[in-house]
Amino acid sequence: MKTLIRMKNNKKKSVFIDGAISSAFIADSIAKHQTKTSIGAHNIFLGQVRADEVNGKKVSAIEYTTYEEMANKKFHEIREATFEKYNLTCMHIYHSIGNVNAGEICLFVFVSATRRKEVFPAIEFVVNEIKAQVPIFGKEVFEDESHQWKSNT
Amino acid sequence: MNITVKYFGVLAELTQCMEETIVFTKSTVIELLEVVYQKHPTLNGKNFKVALNNELVDMGTIVSEVEVALLPPFSGG
Repeated sequence: MKTLIRMKNNKKKSVFIDGAISSAFIADSIAKHQTKTSIGAHNIFLGQVRADEVNGKKVSAIEYTTYEEMANKKFHEIREATFEKYNLTCMHIYHSIGNVNAGEICLFVFVSATRRKEVFPAIEFVVNEIKAQVPIFGKEVFEDESHQWKSNT
Repeated sequence: MNITVKYFGVLAELTQCMEETIVFTKSTVIELLEVVYQKHPTLNGKNFKVALNNELVDMGTIVSEVEVALLPPFSGG
């Protein structure tokens, strides 16, 4: 049963969302789990674009691009590794592509399990793996339309 | 062999090119990069990794794929 759900998720899910991830999309995603009554614990991570200040200039948006083919492969591997490592019922990953303004959501990771113990380490693992493994590139655009390229630390 | 070289992020900006075909007669990644550097001196000293077949490879790897991607530091999330 669990394998079936996983396969379904792997095949059907598209990770990339054009622009910001809306709160309505996130709410809807939560609501969809009401039918999965074996779940007792959800954990959600939301990445938000920060208006960093660099040399007196403020970041107004990040423009994301990706090497999509490799990114999809890496997302798939992260999904597999996470299910291997943690006893989860389901997981969802969404990442923005294109322009996301400061204050908007660019990453949405959603893990669910029967009990809470699994979901805390699982979400941290997934987010860290995404940052380290997936070829996504963020261009930080400043208010004066100049830009710099972001690098994960 | 004709190799399609893809550039991403800051590298696409520096080369002003998303992808191009390079005629490659040698064998390893470092040898391919020598050709790339010659075409695009602006890439000299830039920090990037190389992917073949959607996996990162090191400089001594034999270029066995027709598509090679040059990837600057990742910044997803």
